Amino acid sequence: MEPIAILSIFVLAVFVGFEVVSKVSSTLHTPLMSGANAIHGVILVGAIIVADHSSTNLELGLAVAAIVLATINMVGGFVVTDRMLEMFKGKKK
Amino acid sequence: MSRTLYDLVGLAAGVAFILALKGLSHPKTARRGNLIGAFGATLATLVVFFYAAPGSSLPLNNLGWILGAIFVGLAVGIPAARKVQMTQMPQLVALFNGVGGGAAALVAIVEYLRLGDEATTAEVIFTVFTVIVGCVSFSGSIITFMKLQELMTTRPVIFPAGRFIIAATLVSVIGVGGWVVSALGTTPLLVLAGLSLLFGVLFVLPVGGADVPIVISLLNAFTGLTVAASGYVLDSVLLIIAGTLVGASGTILTRLMAEAMGRSLFGTLFGAFTAKPQAESDSAEVRPVRSGSPDDVAILLNYARRVVIVPGFGLAVAQAQHTVRELADLMMSKGIDVAYGIHPVAGRMPGHMNVLLAEANVPYDQLEEMDEINPTFSQTDVAIVIGANDVVNPAAENTPGCPIYGMPILHVANAANVIFLKRSMRPGFAGIENELLYDPKTMLLFGDAKASLTKVVSALKAL
Repeated sequence: MEPIAILSIFVLAVFVGFEVVSKVSSTLHTPLMSGANAIHGVILVGAIIVADHSSTNLELGLAVAAIVLATINMVGGFVVTDRMLEMFKGKKK
Repeated sequence: MSRTLYDLVGLAAGVAFILALKGLSHPKTARRGNLIGAFGATLATLVVFFYAAPGSSLPLNNLGWILGAIFVGLAVGIPAARKVQMTQMPQLVALFNGVGGGAAALVAIVEYLRLGDEATTAEVIFTVFTVIVGCVSFSGSIITFMKLQELMTTRPVIFPAGRFIIAATLVSVIGVGGWVVSALGTTPLLVLAGLSLLFGVLFVLPVGGADVPIVISLLNAFTGLTVAASGYVLDSVLLIIAGTLVGASGTILTRLMAEAMGRSLFGTLFGAFTAKPQAESDSAEVRPVRSGSPDDVAILLNYARRVVIVPGFGLAVAQAQHTVRELADLMMSKGIDVAYGIHPVAGRMPGHMNVLLAEANVPYDQLEEMDEINPTFSQTDVAIVIGANDVVNPAAENTPGCPIYGMPILHVANAANVIFLKRSMRPGFAGIENELLYDPKTMLLFGDAKASLTKVVSALKAL
């Protein structure tokens, strides 16, 4: 991909990231941290890609380890965030 | 599947992540937001299995290994996320963040081994960045996990010439990084990984227990940036978007937390290096305090019009969240106006107390943030402080030089009466004497928070 296109994506994503969390109430800081944490678990995609590329045992071993860790990060992160958010309820009507 | 379709799915997942973070800004939309994010992540993962990159073919090579590894990750991650106690949430977040950083570093190493001499200079630079930051995030998160789980001391660990050792490690990390870029080889890269792991440990050791959540949030942002850098090397728009989002939001969140604690980010990270030993307080002097019985507390509450409950981590340790809600419900049924005053850093990480009370079915609209509740204390008859200390300690405002000086506090001293539920006169997490305990309008109820609250509830029912 063109470096300038990548730079554009990066800069715009920085602004979106700043914007979406700058007005968050402190009530939800813990789930927000764990939710953002889950999102970077998408490195799983990268881990699968490099496992596909792997040609030596060393590469494959490291890639498999990366998949295990990334899956724990992603799936665990979303599950635990959901568990927390499920408990946040308003007044009973 | 065509490259265009593959990238479009990546874009959709990126949008799902933005919606997830946006949804998390309000309790009403948060759960749906998180589910959208999880859906996006699942979709992005599935689609990789149907796209053959140039030079590759379907089905993916090593498919059995890939699926097996995902299965192992699921078998570890899901039960951990399901079973964790809400009080242990900070540790789990630290751990999940660490494994994410570790994964990013491993991905970068594998890609580097594969590319060998074919790697462009830009790719090598991004790889070096990912390996350094990913390894720092991994080992740093493991140390924060151990501190929070109390597998090691929660106090800052300061060793002789620590400042010099840390600086020297950082210089050698950067030096070896330059070596990798210029010489290209497996050995320099592995040396780099080892040094970065060491730096992560040294970087977090001097941070004190109360500041650890800020470090978790910062390492979270770091991991995000490594994912973005991996996206460049692996030519994945999705990884760039997702990683950058987390990097940016994590940075803002870190700053918000540091503000709530009245700390500068710099002071948090490097405070331990410059801190001077504190003068021992005059603990020899035993001053009288006014202690009361559960009946005294119940009578005070019964004739109050407005009561504010200020919970701290001690409440969660005593597992008294349900009892406190019972007390609040009982007071409300007697027509008393009840609110919870939540300090932003009550608990072991910012927003932790909200999660702990939500677990006990306290509606989130009864939980008031510090800025909302503070002006109302002057119209409050009784403020009940349960298992909290530092967040209501006036020393944060009137004792320059004490460790919590500058932290915004809940002004419970403005209420007509203050009740502290405490196990003993032992000072709080930061170890600072609280003058408010000796104030004539303060009453202390000693004992386990859950047992005390149960007695107050039955006394109040009897009135």
